[in-house]
Amino acid sequence: MSAHLPVLQVLVPLLAAPVCALLRSARAAAALAVLASWTTLAVALALLGEVKSAGVVSYAIGGWVPPIGIEYRVDMVNAWVLVIVGTIASVVSPYMVVSVSSEVERRRIPLFYAAYLLCLTGLLGIAVTGDVFNVFVFLEISSLSAYALIAMGTRRRALTAAFRYLVMGSVGATFIVIGIGLLYVMTGSLNMADLAVLLPEVWDSRTVKVAYGFLGVGFCLKLALFPLHLWLPNAYAYAPSAVTAFMASTATKVAVYMLLRFFLTIFGAPFSFGTMALDRLLLPLALVAIVSMSMVAVLQVDVKRLLAYSSVAQIGYVVLGLSLASVTGLTATLLHLFNHALMKGALFMAMGCVVYRIGSVHIDAMAGLGRRMPWTMAAFVVGGLSLVGVPLTVGFVSKWYLILGAIERGWWPVAVVVLLASLLALVYVWRVVETAYMRPYEGDGRAVEAPPGLLLPTWVLAAASIYFGVFAKSTVATAEQAARVLMSGVGS
Amino acid sequence: MTSGALLGFTLLAPLAGAAAIALLRARPNARETASLVASGTLFVIVLQVYLAVSGGNRPELALAEPIPGISITLEAEPLGVLFALVASFLWIVTTMYSIGYMRGHRESNQTRFYLFFAFAIASAMGVAFAGNLFTLFVFYELLSLTTFPLVTHAGTAKARRAGRVYLGILLTTSIGLLLLAIAWTYAITGTLDFREGGILEGRAAGAVVPVLLGLYVFGIGKAAVMPLHRWLPAAMVAPTPVSALLHAVAVVKAGVFAVLKVTVYVFGIDFLAEAGASAWLTWVAAATIILGSLVALTKDNLKARLAYSTVSQLSYVVLGAMLASSLGVGGGGMHIVTHAFGKITLFFCAGAIYVVAHKTEVSQMRGLGRTMPVTMTAFLIGALSVVGVPPLAGSISKWYLLGATLDAGQIGLAAVLVVSTLLNVAYLLPIPILAFFSKAEGETADRGPQGGTAISEAPVWCLIALSIAALGCIALFFWADRVYQLLQPIAAAAGG
Amino acid sequence: MIDLFVSHYNYWVVILLMMVGFYTLISRGNLVKKIVGLNVFQTSVFMLYISMGRIKGGTPPILVDGGCGHGTGAEGAIYSNPLPHVLILTAIVVGIAVTSVGLALAVRVKEAYGTMEEDEINRIEAEMEEAEWRRGRGELIHEFLGKFPTRRALSAPRGAEADA
Repeated sequence: MSAHLPVLQVLVPLLAAPVCALLRSARAAAALAVLASWTTLAVALALLGEVKSAGVVSYAIGGWVPPIGIEYRVDMVNAWVLVIVGTIASVVSPYMVVSVSSEVERRRIPLFYAAYLLCLTGLLGIAVTGDVFNVFVFLEISSLSAYALIAMGTRRRALTAAFRYLVMGSVGATFIVIGIGLLYVMTGSLNMADLAVLLPEVWDSRTVKVAYGFLGVGFCLKLALFPLHLWLPNAYAYAPSAVTAFMASTATKVAVYMLLRFFLTIFGAPFSFGTMALDRLLLPLALVAIVSMSMVAVLQVDVKRLLAYSSVAQIGYVVLGLSLASVTGLTATLLHLFNHALMKGALFMAMGCVVYRIGSVHIDAMAGLGRRMPWTMAAFVVGGLSLVGVPLTVGFVSKWYLILGAIERGWWPVAVVVLLASLLALVYVWRVVETAYMRPYEGDGRAVEAPPGLLLPTWVLAAASIYFGVFAKSTVATAEQAARVLMSGVGS
Repeated sequence: MTSGALLGFTLLAPLAGAAAIALLRARPNARETASLVASGTLFVIVLQVYLAVSGGNRPELALAEPIPGISITLEAEPLGVLFALVASFLWIVTTMYSIGYMRGHRESNQTRFYLFFAFAIASAMGVAFAGNLFTLFVFYELLSLTTFPLVTHAGTAKARRAGRVYLGILLTTSIGLLLLAIAWTYAITGTLDFREGGILEGRAAGAVVPVLLGLYVFGIGKAAVMPLHRWLPAAMVAPTPVSALLHAVAVVKAGVFAVLKVTVYVFGIDFLAEAGASAWLTWVAAATIILGSLVALTKDNLKARLAYSTVSQLSYVVLGAMLASSLGVGGGGMHIVTHAFGKITLFFCAGAIYVVAHKTEVSQMRGLGRTMPVTMTAFLIGALSVVGVPPLAGSISKWYLLGATLDAGQIGLAAVLVVSTLLNVAYLLPIPILAFFSKAEGETADRGPQGGTAISEAPVWCLIALSIAALGCIALFFWADRVYQLLQPIAAAAGG
Repeated sequence: MIDLFVSHYNYWVVILLMMVGFYTLISRGNLVKKIVGLNVFQTSVFMLYISMGRIKGGTPPILVDGGCGHGTGAEGAIYSNPLPHVLILTAIVVGIAVTSVGLALAVRVKEAYGTMEEDEINRIEAEMEEAEWRRGRGELIHEFLGKFPTRRALSAPRGAEADA
């Protein structure tokens, strides 16, 4: 059984999805989705354990020996990403049960779960596979189901948001295929480990550089790096609450993983940072993303949109860590993937609780909720403080490493920008907090505390974002190990 | 009980108090009793720590290690014990005062008030006993956050605006400058521990030192060095007990205390003196002393005047630290204590006047000395102590600081201290004079002394509290040597 | 130059198709036309893959007498690389899925907005956004923006203020 862990990771949600679609009962579909998500997390944790002891876990699909056959290859980096996705899925899926029942048409609910499970399959597949074309296939599985999930939002703008995401996402995916095709032309291989060995021979060829460019643009579209982020704010703002919470904590994270995997493992750190000057290319984009998107977030009146813009800014932090081109920087990147997933998940889920009760996330609708929905808003405060990077929250840990990385490289202004952007985060978080706690409640009696089915998962993430802020040793150690794997290239 | 565990209890006592306050929210009498018991317990515990430290021990307690190499550790050392003693003692007094004030004033949300008060004290204890820079930073931030609900207690638009200024300046400076300074220190030295003699010596040199020191001094926004002092007057919208304890004692003193601690244990007095890195900051502090006093002169609102007076007085401590001599640090440490007692007395009186007579402006206080003799007498004592008239506590710390400036050969700075004392006289003493020697508004000359002069004093809890504080001002003058002895190890370590 | 053009003509076709598709995608406002553009764009990539797998004079990749390997058979017979073709089969399926999801969304958009033209949709959404703002008394923003005379404030009739 344990020998088949890598394929089980993908197979469980993949098989559960069509079953969900066939089920008539919303309740049965929900139960299956939750069960599949939990299994996913269990498998991911088992894989992480195995990787920690064995180094690299390789699995040949259908018994075809790599590099001819498709290989699933798990090392520290993707084991880490799998755990992130698994954790978020297993926390968000029970939340979905309650949240979706109020936001999605009843007869569509089984289909909703099918789409969710497919999306999960795709994200896990991207992380687990060791074959570049397989990455594209899983990418499209996750994206297509994401378009459908977003379109199920209650407001009609969800439709246009999904359409725009579809157009930009497909262009991004196509760019990635072009890049993969050019790599294949040059090496005749699609296996990641194989490519990593073959590519250095042809580093100088223009085709490889062109492939690098196509892949880069494709990934940046997918991970919503400024200025290719335009699809994200509306998609997150108008999707059903549970979908937003799930996507915000996983989809962009997996896209970042793709970027790291291709550019650092396959092309190799020397090529990326040396020949292509990836660090100097990404640095300004990351900084502009952090500052400008935080500023835009300050001006939003729709809180979900505010958080969405904040997500784009946080992606900037993640990419900034990469552009520091050091183990410390990459540690910050990998830590922030996990940490941001926790806090943004908690924040979006808190907003989901608000939607569940009062049906709006307009900033004025928050007035007085601090008293009416104390637990919900307390979770928001915890997530918000984490976003600002207050010590003893996860946000602080990743920011600390980011600043250390910047100082290590001697990039003082970068450290200052990171700190100042935290203050912008403070402003947009505080706007919501202040409205919730310091303005009187004006609505009717609808705003009462959210049901435990919503509160519990929300608080799991909120509590986790404190726990891993106080006891960050294990996450830091894992992230650092993964960062070393990435910087050292293949295998090890 | 080991002395390390004692430190844990300094955090637990206020937190347990907070829990009790939350549980007893329906019964005000029990709730206030819980508050008093918690504050009393805390003071006893801190006294135990004091005994351990004055016996030469350095109790230590590691709480957690969030990031490898960076831990949350509590460690008691003389400066911290001094700060903790003052804060915990004045918490008792302020709790008494709050009972009188909050009831007399019929404030709403009293449970929230007592709850966050306890949280704030726990954070202040954390600041006092922080064993490294990271711990200091954590509790410093917690102190900002837990006092926010107290500042905005009224919940009005004005309170909200003030809250924004308060949190905005404090967090901007701490995240933008202090955290940067801490990360920088860590990058240079690889440690954040407080060590005697500092951790930077031999690892940093040249222009780095003054810049880093500047980041610390301005990053610790609670020290209210100009131009980062705006939050302090803004915070005056809070109920008076909050202004009294937090903005005369816990919060601002946490700021200057942190400055002292960084000077002594991160830079090291000797290292600073050799590097001459703090010279430019002595002048910043001097400017704050003078400007703060001048602004105080122009304020008619009593609390605003006291706030600017605090801004000015805080920089005495900063000045003491920046002089980088054992005399300066000792004087600064003592000024934390003496100013705390003096200023809290003044604030208590301001609150008492507000509760009884609903007067907030200095110009309205004519004749108050006749209706509120106890309050105004206490005010006079507090004012004289802040001015620095013997035999009151304030005179001693000023004396030390003056000595430190002369010792350093800085005649200009000594002159600043003298001028500032004159300014203190100018903005503080007119108030009791007005209260005692002029007639109340609307009181006509032909009405006899028996008309309108019936004594109407503050609630008895308030009177007890402000009397204790005023007596403290006197008592400290005679116990000053004990305080100085406590600080002796630091001075000795500095080779002074 | 001509040589370069002729010998790599498949690439030129691919580039042409790609640009046509991309241009359609960007320039057309009609949602269905956008999807058509996206399709052309994707198809160009399929062409790229398929043409690079073909070898001049190669035979179809059918196993003869147990020979196998990259590019050459057991008896030296040259055949086209089958792998890109297989990959593109997958990609075509993906492309169809994208098209159908896109068209389904376009239909839903038409139902919800009554139009499929992007500028119309943008106009409607801008109005919605404006309404949201007006409803909003997001205090901080208004305090902030209140410091600057906005266009709307300047064009507002003076009388309205006097009334208030």
